[in-house]
Amino acid sequence: MDLVLSILLGVVVAATPLAFAAIGELVTERSGVLNLGVEGMMIIGAIAAFAATYGTGSYIIGSLAGALAGAAMGALFGVLTLSLMSNQVATGLALTLFGLGLSALIGQSYSGVSLPRFPQVHIPILTDIPFVGPLLFGQDGLVYLSIALVAGVSWFLASTRAGLILRAAGENHDAAHAIGYPVIGIRYLAVMFGGACAGLGGAYLSLVQTPLWVENMSAGRGWIALALVVFASWKPTRVLGGAYLFGGVAILQLHSQALGLRVDPQILSMLPYLATIVVLVVISRDRMTMTLNAPACLGRAFHASS
Amino acid sequence: MNRVSRLFAGLGAALALGLAASGAVRADDPLKVAFVYTGPVGDHGWSYQHNVGRQAVEKAFGDKVKTTYVENVSDGPDAERVIEQLAAGGAKLIFTTSFGFMNPTLKVAKRHPEVKFEHATGFKRADNLATYNARFYEGRYVAGVVAAKMSKSGTIGYIASFPIPEVVMGVNAAYLGAKTVNPNIKIKIIWVSSWFDPGKEADAAKALINQGADVLMQHTDSPAAMKLAEERGVYAIGQSSDMADFGPRAQLTSVEDHWDEYYIARVKAVMDGTWTSTDTWGGLKDGMVVLAPYGKAVPEDVARLADETKQAIVDGRLKPFTGPLNKQDGSVWLKQGESAPDKDLLSMNFYVEGVEGGLPK
Repeated sequence: MDLVLSILLGVVVAATPLAFAAIGELVTERSGVLNLGVEGMMIIGAIAAFAATYGTGSYIIGSLAGALAGAAMGALFGVLTLSLMSNQVATGLALTLFGLGLSALIGQSYSGVSLPRFPQVHIPILTDIPFVGPLLFGQDGLVYLSIALVAGVSWFLASTRAGLILRAAGENHDAAHAIGYPVIGIRYLAVMFGGACAGLGGAYLSLVQTPLWVENMSAGRGWIALALVVFASWKPTRVLGGAYLFGGVAILQLHSQALGLRVDPQILSMLPYLATIVVLVVISRDRMTMTLNAPACLGRAFHASS
Repeated sequence: MNRVSRLFAGLGAALALGLAASGAVRADDPLKVAFVYTGPVGDHGWSYQHNVGRQAVEKAFGDKVKTTYVENVSDGPDAERVIEQLAAGGAKLIFTTSFGFMNPTLKVAKRHPEVKFEHATGFKRADNLATYNARFYEGRYVAGVVAAKMSKSGTIGYIASFPIPEVVMGVNAAYLGAKTVNPNIKIKIIWVSSWFDPGKEADAAKALINQGADVLMQHTDSPAAMKLAEERGVYAIGQSSDMADFGPRAQLTSVEDHWDEYYIARVKAVMDGTWTSTDTWGGLKDGMVVLAPYGKAVPEDVARLADETKQAIVDGRLKPFTGPLNKQDGSVWLKQGESAPDKDLLSMNFYVEGVEGGLPK
């Protein structure tokens, strides 16, 4: 039972950074912007959160710093692609390279530095329930925030007027503009929200999962988050499911090895990606839903005069 | 995407070198020495130690050398491109420091007979391509002794990267060292299929601790497992460099790589015109493998035993792979008193008897 619990707790830790980054990118993409710079925003969030926590001793300020730094990266992407009309794909890739380089530069003086353990929630009685307690009521605050964010985004997109406007900008920016909505402004907000979420994902990596700062520590998680958005066919709740599936397979393969099961780790390492492909194939079998799900204006630049 | 960033890194390096090379070449120009790393220099492990060696070269020769490095280079075509650019850019001596750079280095070496190449941990040589490596397994054998002495649960956790002879050798050596102390010692191994992924290494460390391991060893390059061991109150053995900063209480010792002297000697050889293609495999005796100072948790008798083991290896009285020794499947590998020849070690693709689990192919 202890083993099962520790596996489940591990899954939560592995899934949370993915959930943060993916839900942010989902909002960005629903507004019609494709930002491939998730990895760069994540790593900037990771170093900003680590540095701020180290400087102030407060995990709340640290997490906020991670989100703000991510949002700043998002804003930079916005200036380049939305105001200066640069190509979104190329700019996104450049943002990743920029983020990796800048974080290594800032992080020079923070490698080898240690932080105390990230506090976990403890609710008397509830957290002490065997098994269920630590799993449901004993996580750190960021885990609950990630789940709340997904629920919030889900509600925002589906049930609010502002969410409808954001989706309109992503589905048909010309029509949204014609009705009088500020397409560029909406996209700026979406891109910055996406950056803030990616920054929080990075913060989780450097404050909770490892917890330390090393160069390149995001190690490709930003790209997995991008894949998750497609995997989830742009639906918030599926993003959460996908993140936990990815985290789950990743952790299970580590545990199965420690248990001495004779399965090649290479095959196990492939499983999350294999699962993505399988799910994609299953979803894509119905062409209609696939095309309906992807925002129609995804990746297309908007200019009011065109 | 890593490929993309590495491509750009390669292009950047090429550009920098191209600019450098465009100046007129004079006889007293500094010797250009280039290094290619698989990870970031800030990994606090493998690439970090190579970079320490590079800095030692700069310090030793001052104006007479000019060193450059390219970090985060992935195996395969990207590596070839980077090495080619460095060779074409005027580097006279190029160190490529990852097993996966073997074939790319050989290819570029053939195209540039005027440039000297040195490849770490590989086995392919040419007239202008030397190889060098360290007998990490000697250090890991001693580390295994310390780990088994300090383990209360009798289970050592081992985070491994890829099933190449180098790493398999390390697992076997650590196990054999541990077994001399505790015949019932168990070693649990997780292959993470990466040299550097702090998140995954930390997850693997957690899995091992949760399954009862109370001393962690690693053959991956980040200090994540050390940090986690510190947090969870278990012990760990560092990798490549002294990781005590990350685990001041947890680190028992660390199997450090020291390339400084070798690099300085090789650069000097190129300057003197005495460089030849050699095959170096130095160990504890040569100072290429060094054990970090024992942690505070290590009691005196354990430290003494470890020192004795180390001294026996240095003196040549003890060879970690000595018979009677069976392979995992029970077949005989080494007979009584027989020591494994280097070629057996360099092609090791099996666990020794007593190690549990399957070795990925």
